[in-house]
Amino acid sequence: MTVLQLKGVNRVHGTGGNAVRALIDTDLQVAAGEMVAIMGPSGSGKSTLLNLAGGLDTPTSGEVLVEGTVLATLNKKRLAALRRRSVGYVFQDYNLIPSLTAAENAALPLELDGMSAGRARTLALAALEEVGLDAKQGDRFPDELSGGQSQRVAIARALIGERRLVLADEPTGALDSATGEEVLKLLRRRCDAGAAGLLVTHDARHAGWADRVVFLRDGRVVDSSAPLGDVETLLEGAGS
Amino acid sequence: MSVKHSLLALLERGPAYGYQLRAAFESATGNTWPLNIGQVYTTLNRLERDQLVEALPENDSGQRPYRITESGRRQLAGWFASPVQAADRPRDELTIKLALAVTTPGVNVADVIQRQRTATLRLLQEYTRLKAAEDNAELAWRLVLESMIFRAEAEVRWLDHTEAVVARTGLPAPRAYDPEPGPADRPEPEILRENR
Repeated sequence: MTVLQLKGVNRVHGTGGNAVRALIDTDLQVAAGEMVAIMGPSGSGKSTLLNLAGGLDTPTSGEVLVEGTVLATLNKKRLAALRRRSVGYVFQDYNLIPSLTAAENAALPLELDGMSAGRARTLALAALEEVGLDAKQGDRFPDELSGGQSQRVAIARALIGERRLVLADEPTGALDSATGEEVLKLLRRRCDAGAAGLLVTHDARHAGWADRVVFLRDGRVVDSSAPLGDVETLLEGAGS
Repeated sequence: MSVKHSLLALLERGPAYGYQLRAAFESATGNTWPLNIGQVYTTLNRLERDQLVEALPENDSGQRPYRITESGRRQLAGWFASPVQAADRPRDELTIKLALAVTTPGVNVADVIQRQRTATLRLLQEYTRLKAAEDNAELAWRLVLESMIFRAEAEVRWLDHTEAVVARTGLPAPRAYDPEPGPADRPEPEILRENR
C-alpha cells in the first residue's frame, strides 16, 4: 500500500528572472514497509522534497498524497491534524523539548491530539520500549540522554500512535559511526514493521539500509536504484 | 591475497588437512574469496618444500594433516607485523576508467560516474542487507563484510567528489599526442630492409 506519493511535483522559489526551480517534475512513491533514501549534492532539492512530503511546504504544481489524501485539498487545520496523526519527523538535532522528559516528548503528539495524559504516557512508554529504552530512561530529560538515546526518543515520537510515515533528515548527523548505525537499524526495523520511511542522507553507508536509493541533482531525479534481489546471489563476484 | 600466509595462520590453530583448511578459510571470510582445493594443496606442497609446514602421517581415512613449523611461525609473525604494501593491492579498474574518461574526447563523464554510483550503492545495499540478516555473525565474517561496506562507501564518496570537481573545473581540452617522428620519418631498421 502506497503511503506517500508525489505526482509531477514542481517547487519554484521566487518569480520571473529570479525563479529557482528547487524540484522539477518529481514522481515518487513510498509503500508501507519500504524505506527509501534520497541522496544528492547540497542544493539538489533533498530537503525541499522532504518538506513537501511532510506538508511543511506546498508544491508550485503537482500533487503530494499521504495515505491517499491530496495535501493541497486540506485546510490549515486538517493539514495540521494529518501532520500530527500520519507523519513523523526525525531531525539531525533531535528537536526534543528540553523541559519535557523522554516519555513526555514521545507522548506529545498524542496529547496535542487530545488524548488523556495517562493513556498517552502508557503508549509513549510502549513506543520507547520498541526503540530499546526502558521506563527509567523514559523519565530522564533530554540533557540526561546521550545523542543516540535522544535520537531513539525522536524516532519513538515520530512513530507513536497510528503514524506510518516517517521522514528523516540526516538523522545520524551528530552521532559517531556505531551509534549512527544503531539509529539506522532502528529505522529499518520500524519500516520492516510496516512504516514507510523517507530518509535524506549524504552518507552512502546509511543509504545502504534503504530498499531504494533515489538520486537528485539540480532538482531532478537522475537515477533510482532498483529494488534488491535475493540474498543468496549477492556475494557472487564480490571478491577481488 | 596471500594464500600462503592465510594457510600458515590457520595451521597456527593446530594441525589440519587440506579440506579442513579450505573450510576454515571460507568460514572466516564468508565465502567471499572461494579457494579451490587444488590451490590449497599446491600451496601446502610449496610450504612443505620451504620447511614452513611439515606433513604428518596419514590418518585412518587417508587424510594427511600438516603442522606449522618454527620457521613457519616466524614467517607468520612477520606477515602480521608488516603492513600491506600498496604494490600488494590490485590495480583499481574504476580509477583507471575514470582517469581515461576525463581525458577521452566524447565521453560523458557525468554518466559514467552516475552509473557507477548506482551500481556501487546497490552493492552497498546488498552488503547491508546481508549484515542485517546476520545479527550474531562470526566476528571474522562481520569484519570482512564491514570492510566491503566501508570500501563501497569510500568509492561513492570519491565519485561524489570527482563529480563536484569535474563540475567546478570542467574537463581538460582533449590533447593530441606530441609530434614524434613516425615510422615514415624514421630511418628504417636495417633488418627490415634486408628482408624485403
